[in-house]
This record gives sequence, structure tokens and C-alpha cells, in this order.
Amino acid sequence: MEEQVLNTAINEDEPYLINMGPQHPSTHGVLRLVVSLKGETVKNVVPHIGYIHRGIEKMCESLTYPQIIHLTDRMDYLSAHINNEAVCLNVEKALEIEIPERVKVIRTIMAELTRIQSHQLFWASYGMDLGGQTCYFYGLRDREKVLDIFEETTGGRMIVSYSCPGGLMYDIHPNFQKRVNDFIKYFRSILWEYDAILTGNVIFRERTIGIGKLSLEDAVSYGVTGPSGRASGFSCDIRKHDPYSAYDRVKFNEVLFTEGDTYHRYLARIEEMKESMNIIEQLIDNIPEGPYTVKMKPVLKLPEGEYFQKVETARGELDVFIVSDGNKYPFRMKFRSPNFVNLGVLNHISKEFKIADLVAIAGSLDFVIPDIDR
Amino acid sequence: MTSEPWWKIFYDFTPFTKSIDEGLRSSMSPFWAVTTEMVIVGILFLLFYAVVGLFLVYWERKVCAFIQNRLGPNRIGPYGIFQTVADLIKLLFKELIPIKNADSFLFNLAPYIVIIVNFMVLGAIPFGKGLHAIDFNIGIFYVIAVSSMSVIGVLLAGWSSNSKYSLIGAMRSGAMIVSYELSLGLALITMVILAGSMQLSVIVEAQRTGWFIFKGHIPAFIAFIIYIISGTAETNRGPFDLAEAESELTAGYHTEYSGMKFAFFYLAEFINMFIVASIASTIFLGGWMPLHIGSWEGFNKIMDIIPPFIWYLGKTFFIIYLIMLLKWTFPRLRIDQLLTLEWKYLLPINLVNVLIMAFLVLMGWHF
Amino acid sequence: MNSVVQYFKGIADGIWSLLKGMSVTNRYFFSPGKIVTQKYPNNRKDLVMFDRFKGDLIMPHDEKNEHKCTGCGICQINCPNGSIEVISKTITTEDGKTRKAIDKHIYHLGKCTFCALCVKSCPSDALAFSQEFEHAVFNKELLTKQLNKPGSQIMKGV
Repeated sequence: MEEQVLNTAINEDEPYLINMGPQHPSTHGVLRLVVSLKGETVKNVVPHIGYIHRGIEKMCESLTYPQIIHLTDRMDYLSAHINNEAVCLNVEKALEIEIPERVKVIRTIMAELTRIQSHQLFWASYGMDLGGQTCYFYGLRDREKVLDIFEETTGGRMIVSYSCPGGLMYDIHPNFQKRVNDFIKYFRSILWEYDAILTGNVIFRERTIGIGKLSLEDAVSYGVTGPSGRASGFSCDIRKHDPYSAYDRVKFNEVLFTEGDTYHRYLARIEEMKESMNIIEQLIDNIPEGPYTVKMKPVLKLPEGEYFQKVETARGELDVFIVSDGNKYPFRMKFRSPNFVNLGVLNHISKEFKIADLVAIAGSLDFVIPDIDR
Repeated sequence: MTSEPWWKIFYDFTPFTKSIDEGLRSSMSPFWAVTTEMVIVGILFLLFYAVVGLFLVYWERKVCAFIQNRLGPNRIGPYGIFQTVADLIKLLFKELIPIKNADSFLFNLAPYIVIIVNFMVLGAIPFGKGLHAIDFNIGIFYVIAVSSMSVIGVLLAGWSSNSKYSLIGAMRSGAMIVSYELSLGLALITMVILAGSMQLSVIVEAQRTGWFIFKGHIPAFIAFIIYIISGTAETNRGPFDLAEAESELTAGYHTEYSGMKFAFFYLAEFINMFIVASIASTIFLGGWMPLHIGSWEGFNKIMDIIPPFIWYLGKTFFIIYLIMLLKWTFPRLRIDQLLTLEWKYLLPINLVNVLIMAFLVLMGWHF
Repeated sequence: MNSVVQYFKGIADGIWSLLKGMSVTNRYFFSPGKIVTQKYPNNRKDLVMFDRFKGDLIMPHDEKNEHKCTGCGICQINCPNGSIEVISKTITTEDGKTRKAIDKHIYHLGKCTFCALCVKSCPSDALAFSQEFEHAVFNKELLTKQLNKPGSQIMKGV
């Protein structure tokens, strides 16, 4: 394969191989796709991963549980808080700690804000993938408001490190509720622009409708979760099926489509932003009083055994699996990251489409490369 | 000439250019007089090219910044107006990277073809009353013929770079320009039917009683929209920037170019846009002709206060703003949709439009 | 006939959707008041960071040049990246007792991931984050900082 990519002599029957990445504007990082072309038609896509493999799972084996949290921020950096929460929930489950209601509600609000900002960035970069560069700035402009909320409460913008085993690092900022309410009011009033610029645009619809169809069977067998899976009708929302934190007390709809094409993967994310705002609105004005953290032992030792927790990040199902030998470090830590699994379906759904569609399909699966490589 | 006040020159350059011509002819043989005039015009065009190119780059960056809620360049000079000059100096000093396995002769030739084509078209455009380098009697035909040659530069650049991305970009560009040339020409032909002449000075003069877009009403307006769409495609600008689609092909046909050679392509793109806009303003919006409405003498007098070349620049920049707005709003089309748009929509509509216009002219239903 | 209607309806819908998008961008072009970017280096003076912003790890000193650090090393144990080194010494107090005190509290900014575990775990609240965020330096060694000021002493009653 390597030689073929470098080889410039082209025969009629040989595939025309091009490297998309590791430095390429539309792979959102350092993903490398070796694409076989026939004319402009994609015949085969081979993803090459591992360009920013940092060995997070191995590093976790020499860190204590509170220390692991800051590494999970750096896996899927757009769902940083949800990753934190996953590890915290797992550790809390293992230690059998009862978490205060306040913590659960705040975690849920933060997780939904994380989901909104992640989908905003998806909207922004998806517009750019398709060539509409103004979308990028409008998306980032609105995302900035969420990041400001994060920064005020947690001190970090993307890398929040807000949850810790037993609760939260700090209490919410006094301005938190007001800011969140302001943001939701603002964002609801601005969402029509997203539709005017991209969703309703005839060029955008032509580019995305019917492109990269993923059937329900394939979505299930490839394990495509998150909005990408739900666009194909795979009901896989863990918030609904296996509620954690405060999701059991809020009412929301699982966004489900049946078409499974690029357009509906996009639409699923837009609809999820609206659902997330509904969830936040139900919780934000009645955050229960109470402590923001439980008093924990200075050294956390998980009892011997295996622990498993799954959460719904902005891109799908994140599973955290801890094997403990009773020490303060985990014996083995495994993350099932949604992006890695979703990447597997790329070759299957992008065959026989044009090279421009490959960009649209890859964009609609919404990869975060550090999460693929870990 | 001496009896007129000096500022009258802004309203009509003819006496000024005529006096220069007469002066030159009286002091040297006709051959040398024409040669000197050509050199002067050439130098003026070089200056004009650089100034307009740099200004358009700046203007584009400001327009897209304001559309995107940003400030745009604001560091060098007031409001950042010297930003592009600084960029140019940077590009001048950059290394021209030789590409291994590239066909170096064609690789170096390609940017010049694009630039030369630009100059050739600029020569035929009337910038103001009396500011017109060559007034061909087949002006529009010449413009269409010459401007379609720029695709050769793009194809050469893509082919000789010996890079896979460049090749795909060049092939896309070839398919696109060849097909959009058709509707561009037909849109202009629609207006030629209305004007009854291909000579640009005659076309402008014919709009003394009203611009063609108002005179030819519905078919002229359709032709205008088609012209803007296919003109945007001709210049490889978004949403038709498939040839350099940065999210797909990194930079398309000029991926391998660096330094000044890249700057040539970059400038040529902007000058192309300027050319498309100025032809549109000449043919549809009356060129340098002020806004006149039929026989409203008073109104026409007031409009005449503004000098013709200001009218010309104003119209051109209005159309440039329209083209920029298109680029910064829409996502990019796919190559097959691009061809669908041309062959299934623009071309049939255009053909019908030509018929309607001919009928209109025959019946005398235009204003 | 139906397909002809579809054809023209498609054109009309398409143009309408494009015009809707253009109206949004056009509106923003003519409303410069909606610009959200800041002229960063020029607005340094009135740039206020949030009070919890994690810019730089500091050890607050009072006006008598006293800090709260006892040199216990808990921050060093809690740091996941080894960005804190606590070097302690033994001092003799006025009443003749020997006790452990801090000699140098070394902080490697280049290794820090701003997880805030040191600040949270400090039993005497000796560490804090400052709002400083301009960390760029020309020399890598400058990223290694000593947090306790020279000649500083531990606060009484800590």
C-alpha cells in the first residue's frame, strides 16, 4: 500500500491512490485515509490511525483514580466533561458511594452543555467541510458562549476536569444559572440562522441527502452509536435506556430517524441540541441544595473486581471498564471510544460516492481523532 | 481644451488622450507614436493590475470578516489597508520551491498564461468616458474568446505539478470552465441582441437612455443572474471553487506552487473576478454611463454630476460584493451537480431566454 | 406535465433557499455592531479573566512575605505529571524546636495540565491559580518556576 501511494505511474486498471491526511484540512486532525479512486469515484477507503496515540489506557495503570480524570479530558476533547463523568460514575459505583442530588443535577447540566457545544462545533466544521466557511464562524461564535460558562465555573474552557470521584471539584459559580438561562434564550433565538444558512440551503441538501446511507442492520452490526447511529434508526441512547446521573427525572425525546444518510446524521445533531436545551431547562432552575462533593478517603482503593460504566457522549457510547486488583492504581483500564467504532463504518458507506462526498460522509460521522487513537 | 476647467477631465478623458496622441504624432513617426502609446498603456495597466489586485484581496478579506462577525485585517496601516502590500512583500521574498519530477517549463509557464489572459481582457474594457484602450467592433466576442483561454493555464498548472491533488483539481476546472463558458457566452449574446452591436463603446452609448437591465426587463434580468452564476464559475470562486476545493483537494491545481508564482494565481483569481464584474457592469448596468431614466432631463443632469469612472467603479464593486456574498454564504457544489446545474438548468433557460429576447426586440417591447 | 412543474418548482425553491441564506450574511455585513472578536493585544488593560480561570499556579504571599506552605508534599504526590517538586529543609524555630519547612517549591509549567488537583488537595490552601495566561517564553528553562519567593517564611498559625 505504501509503495502504491508513492508510485506516480498510473495504469488504467490500477487504482489512483491518494492520501487524505495526516495533514489534510478535512480530516479534523491527524487521521490518514488512503483513498482508491477511479476518476473521482471512491472505490476503497483505508483509514490509518495512531498518529496521536498517547497510550492513555496504559498511562492510567500508573495513576490514581482522581488523576485519571484529567487524562480522559484529552480523549474526546469535545465531550471532556462526559468523559470525566464516565470514570467518576464507575469509581463511585465500585466504592458504593451515594452521590448528592446536587452533584447529579449539575453533572447532567454540564454534560448537556458539553453536548451542545460539541454539536455546535460539528455544525461549524461541517459547513466548512462542504465549503461554506461562514458557518464555521457562526458556530464558533455561539460555542464561545458555552465555553464562557465552563470557564467561569470550572476554570477551563475545553479541558474542564470538573468531575472528580465523589462529586465535583468546585461548586457552581453564582452566575452559573443566569448565564445558562441567557445562553438558552440566545441560542433558541439564533437557531433559525443555522437552518437558513445550511439546513435549508438547496446546495447543502443536494450535497447530503441520499449520500452515505447506513442501514439499521449495518449500524447495529458495526456498532455505530450516538447521533450517527440514531439517524439510521438504531435506538442507542444510553441516557434513555440506562439512565445515569439525573437523566431518569427529565423528560426528553430520543432523536430517531430512519433514513441514515448524511443529511439525517446532520439533522440528528441539530435536533439533539434542541433536546439538550429542553433537558437543561428542566433542571437549571431547581438545582437542589446540598454539598457539592462527598468526603472521600485521601487514597482511593477500589475493591478487587471488574467495573463497567457506559455513558452517552456527544458522539456515541463511551464505555469505561476498570479491572482492579485492590490497589490504588487500576490493574487495567479500557475505554470503548465511540469514534473508533464509528470510523469502522466509513469504508462501508463511502464506496461508489465521489471524493467530495467522502468529505461530507467523514464530516457527518463527526470524528475526534484523539478519541480514536487515545 | 484650455478654456475648460481642469476638473472637466474627470467627466471626459477623450480630449486629454487625444492631446497626448496628437503631441506624440507631431514629434515622431506614426510607428513610434503608436509604440510609445502602447508602452504607456502597458505600464498603466501593470500599475492598475497591481493596485486593483491588492485592493481586491484586502476588500475580500474585509467583506468576509464582516460577514463572519470578525474585524478582518486591522494591524498594518489604518484599518489594515496595507496588509496586502505586506503580504505581497512576504510572497516576493519567499522561496520558489522546485518540484521534483515536475515538468519545470510548463510548471513555470502556467502562471504567466493566466496573467497574460487577464491583461488581454483588461485592454478591451471601457473604464470611463475616453478611458478605453482598444475599442474593437467585436469587443464582446473578443472578451469571451480570450477569457476562456485562462483554463489552459489552470490545466497546465495541474498537469505539470505531477501531484495527484493538482491533477484532480485541474481536471475539475477544465470540465467546469468549458461548460460554463457556454452559458456565459449565451447570456452575453442575449444582451448583444438587445444592443444590436458587439462594440463595447456602442453598447455603453446605447444605455444613455437607461441601463440594459431595465430596458430589457425580464430576459435581461434572467441573463444577468445567469451571467453572475457562470461568471463566478469561470473565475473558480466559491461556491464553484471545486478546482481548489480546500477541504477536498487541499489547494487544487496550485497546491505545489509557492512564493510569487502562487501569488500570480491568487492575484489572477481576483483580477478575473474584477473582469467578470466590470463586463457585467458594462453590459447590464451601463458601464460608466450614469443612471439615466428616459427623458427625465433634470434627473439625468443630477446623475451626471458624478464622474463616469466613479459610476463604473461603483457598479463594478457592487457586483464584486454580490459575487463575494455568494462565495461566503454557500457551501460548495459537487462536480456532477455543477454540470447538472449547467446542462439541465442554465443552458436550457438561457436558450429560451435568447429566443424571448429576440422576440422582444423584434416586437419592440423593450423600453 | 408534472415533471415540468417539478422542474420549475425546484428552481424557485432553490433560489428562495439561497436568498434566505444570503439575507443572513448580508445582514451581518451591514451590522458591524455584532462583531464578536476582540483586538487582543490592544485590550490587555481591560481584559478581565474569570476569577476561577486556571492560568498559572502561584503561591500567594502576604505583605510580610509569608506563605502558607508547610512543605508537606501532598501536591507533589497528587500531581499526575510530576510538574511539582517540593524541596524541604529542616529549620529551628525560636523556641528551639526543629521542624520541616519548605526550601524550594518548584513548578514545571511545561508539564502542567491544569487539572487543579494540587490546589484542591493542599491541606493549608497554600496554592492558587492566577489569571496570567501569557506563558510564551524564548527559553525552555523559564517555564520552570520557583513558587515561594526568596526569603519568604511560613505564616504563623498554619
